[in-house]
Amino acid sequence: MSDKKKKKLTPIQQQYQDFAEKREPKRPIIKNCIYAFLVGGFICLIGQGISTFYIHFFHFNEKSAGDPTVATLIFISAMMTGLGFYDHIAQKAGAGTIIPVTGFANAMASAAIEHRSEGYVLGVGGNMFKLAGSVIVFGVFSAFVIGIIKVIITKYLGGF
Amino acid sequence: MIQGRTWVFQNKPTIVASAAVGGPFEAQGPLADDFDVLHQDLWLGQESFEKAEKKMLEEASEYAIHKANLQKEDIQFFLSGDLMNQVISSSFTARTLGVPYLGIFGACSTSMEGLALGSLLVDGGYASHVLAATSSHNAAAEKQYRYPTEYGSQKPPTAQWTVTGAGAAVVAAKGSGIKVRAATIGRVVDMGVSDPFNMGAAMAPAAIDTIQTHFRDLQLSPTYYDLVVTGDLGRVGFKTVSDILDKQGLKFPKGLFSDCGLMIYREDQPVLSGGSGAGCSACVTYGHILSRMRKGELRKVLIVATGALLSPISYQQNESIPCIAHAVAIEHEEEGEV
Repeated sequence: MSDKKKKKLTPIQQQYQDFAEKREPKRPIIKNCIYAFLVGGFICLIGQGISTFYIHFFHFNEKSAGDPTVATLIFISAMMTGLGFYDHIAQKAGAGTIIPVTGFANAMASAAIEHRSEGYVLGVGGNMFKLAGSVIVFGVFSAFVIGIIKVIITKYLGGF
Repeated sequence: MIQGRTWVFQNKPTIVASAAVGGPFEAQGPLADDFDVLHQDLWLGQESFEKAEKKMLEEASEYAIHKANLQKEDIQFFLSGDLMNQVISSSFTARTLGVPYLGIFGACSTSMEGLALGSLLVDGGYASHVLAATSSHNAAAEKQYRYPTEYGSQKPPTAQWTVTGAGAAVVAAKGSGIKVRAATIGRVVDMGVSDPFNMGAAMAPAAIDTIQTHFRDLQLSPTYYDLVVTGDLGRVGFKTVSDILDKQGLKFPKGLFSDCGLMIYREDQPVLSGGSGAGCSACVTYGHILSRMRKGELRKVLIVATGALLSPISYQQNESIPCIAHAVAIEHEEEGEV
């Protein structure tokens, strides 16, 4: 917990939380990192395999093979979400399954499945971006900021 | 009669029947034999998880009424609550039952809140048969409080697993069997814990407050009960409660103090810190503990159901988690004994 939050606590609350904290199992960070590295790397390996497959058999070049590769990974991830495997792998893999494009697909597919019972419009449509929405909002916004920085550097500082 | 914060029931309301319904995950647990119905399908053949939870609560209520050899019409009050927004599972079950209904909410402490209030109505002579029930559903709770069920997030080891289950008990003015002796109503305690993935640590102080009050109000020794169980503290919360009670001089003999959230699942089930949810203490009490009492293995039991009174919005607004615990003391009386 951050120090900022801790400041609001009374001494008794603070004392209790310190006491309880000693009884809390910590997140196994090193183990989690290793799992995340291995699983995330494995997903990338699959991606590379798919990409090579498209270049070899479908006359894509290295640049144009990207789109069908991502689409294939999204399809596999959504499929695994629907069949109920993805969340079990994610409990072990953590960031390894969240960071790649498969994590984004899982966020959208899981929300869509979850809210199917509220109908297509208010349920699926309205909730599909519940988790993925903030990724898009802040992703687009940071791209915009980076874009402006790039323009300033190239135009006024004469870089690149 | 009231002693401090504890109601002592003079007329000894009787739990004439109880029922517990569980889901697929509970069916793999060590208490599977104590459930009346176990479902292999998390959906219970319904269109949504919310409807599945309602179905479980209906089943538990109907089983309890049936086991008490009563008809729906004999139930004078139905006291029920659950974790869903606006306690829909309970209200919709009340619609099916068609009996006078009081909806209650105490989060996971609802089970004992219902039993305490039901016993109070019966003890005061305002009812001869009351049905107290509660339920929770893992996927429905995840959907409302956390992320979509299939979303791949990594939970910390302090997180708990919401029990899919429902429990119901018929409290009657007359009859033999298990008597409700006393109930201690909890007060809200907030130690500033704000992590919804660490409910055990948040709820522990409320449990300590209620347990201390109960033993002080009735001037009991720690060995008075054959078993004292907390509702759903899980590994973290339970360890904290035992250690603090030890320090404060309330030492329970080994094996006489436990937690429903630790009893309901096997060690190797992937439930992290343990079970939670309103259905947790309800299923363990109305299924497992009452059945052991009927067999004569236990005579005096204190159940301390703990509840975290947060909402999905309150924790997003960085509010800490206020918690409560209600304790109900039940005793098995032999035939002819007064």
